[in-house]
Amino acid sequence: MQNETVIAGFGGQGVLFLGKVMAYAALFEDLKVTWFPSYGPEMRGGTANCTVVISDEEIGSPQVKNPKAIVVMNRPSLDKYEHMVAPGGYLVINTSMVNRKATRTDIHVLEIPSVELAEELGDKRLANTIILGALNEKAKFLKKESLLKGLEESLSHGKKDLLEINKKAMEKGAAYITTQ
Amino acid sequence: MARELWKGNEAFAEAAVRAGLQAYFGYPITPQTEALEYLSARMPELGRAFLQAESELGAINMVYGAACTGARVMTSTSSPGTSLMMEGLSYIAATEVPMVLVDVVRGGPGLGTIQPSQGDYNQIVHGGGHGDYHCIVLAPSTVQEAVDQVYEIFDLAEKYRSIGVILLDGTIGQMIEPAEMPPMREIRKEIPEWAVRGGTGSNKRVLTSVHLVPEDMEVLDLRLIKKWQEVEKNEVRFTEYYMDDAKIAVVGFGTAGRIALSAVRTARALGIPVGLIRPISLSPFPYQAIKEAAAQVDHILVVEMNSGMMLEDVMKVVKDSTNVEFYGRMGGIMPFPDEILSEIQRIASGTTPSDIHPRDRWLKRMESVVDF
Repeated sequence: MQNETVIAGFGGQGVLFLGKVMAYAALFEDLKVTWFPSYGPEMRGGTANCTVVISDEEIGSPQVKNPKAIVVMNRPSLDKYEHMVAPGGYLVINTSMVNRKATRTDIHVLEIPSVELAEELGDKRLANTIILGALNEKAKFLKKESLLKGLEESLSHGKKDLLEINKKAMEKGAAYITTQ
Repeated sequence: MARELWKGNEAFAEAAVRAGLQAYFGYPITPQTEALEYLSARMPELGRAFLQAESELGAINMVYGAACTGARVMTSTSSPGTSLMMEGLSYIAATEVPMVLVDVVRGGPGLGTIQPSQGDYNQIVHGGGHGDYHCIVLAPSTVQEAVDQVYEIFDLAEKYRSIGVILLDGTIGQMIEPAEMPPMREIRKEIPEWAVRGGTGSNKRVLTSVHLVPEDMEVLDLRLIKKWQEVEKNEVRFTEYYMDDAKIAVVGFGTAGRIALSAVRTARALGIPVGLIRPISLSPFPYQAIKEAAAQVDHILVVEMNSGMMLEDVMKVVKDSTNVEFYGRMGGIMPFPDEILSEIQRIASGTTPSDIHPRDRWLKRMESVVDF
């Protein structure tokens, strides 16, 4: 078993954070995991991405040409990554920041108005967690309890007060996508 | 100690602390800076020495001085910084004081890119500094291996009074993986017999790289080579995957080696009898393992993130006994497993023997991949 997720967007959208939540969750499930970030000039130009590979055996490459899931938090990321999703895989589109539809028909496209949903919870910074909740509800790469523990671990440095609302955001993303 | 998530650069820094690192001197450079940043907090916390030098030149000479006192000492940098340190490394090699260098390689030559590369292979494995000397060079392919190798290489450096280098790249430096930290060792209390302690008279010791009488210098040179023979005898490391019945052997180290593993697994699932040899000690190089593989397989595919630097070491022992092929990406580009899989499939479907050097054949094939 191996699955790969690329999360891409602007710096500040919590792209690297989401990847870390997944990495911690994989650790709790005693799986192998790699989290590989963009650290180049593109990051300094405002865009960021990371690749999370989760496997039950020793992981070879920390990046793959055709990941099973790609999360695009903005329009440039959709344009760059749509063609790379593995057939039958998942493309998660943050429709709050993306003004076009996906063109692929051989993949699962999950459209999430994450900022609007986050505002319903009173804090638009929760948009990324809502996205992760929705992706995992469909792709089931990780157990929900592991992701919640992953959130707890990732928010442990002086951000503990944000834990409960983030848990709610993850549930909200999952609930939203099941009604679509 | 349980598995925790560690970023490569911070992980090897902590591993060095646990190995009893007493002094660190360095200068920030991407993609290695997190190590220096981590140690800038961690070392003072433990009452140990951390110093950000004015440049890599300053850092390596501070390492030289501290190493002469017998302290466990380390620096870390990335390719352009490594070039700056070469003079100091040659002096340190001649003085036979142990030290550890971690080189988190990025794309070059020149200021290059900050993306992952293996382009420092020749400068680290085959010298770089002037004169006849060898460094012990280990190449990790995971964060855990980076931790384990840094922890161990201090002992190797001291055993042979030699320079220990960990050669990794931006991938492993920047990547987060689960890793288990080794136990914290106590700082060594006894001072090695050869170390300078500021003594005078009968206690006076001299450590130097200057030997103005050629006959004296030749004795040192010969002794260094003799010592290196011991290293070659004792410290070769490599690992193999699926080699038992392999007819094609992929050879790759570090990040290129682990990417090749993905390709080899997929090829195996397609029924291609292919295995992987991943050299762990680049110096001393696992010549014997390559030689034995060459006797077993029909083809050897060397995969690197450079233009085939290790390729030359492989060819040195394979000679004409087995067909050798090469695939590389450069400048900070990491190959995808698919690219290596395509090479394995191309070889498995039958290649005609050729007198043309594997690098030249690869370069020709690259013309259809990259416009250059």
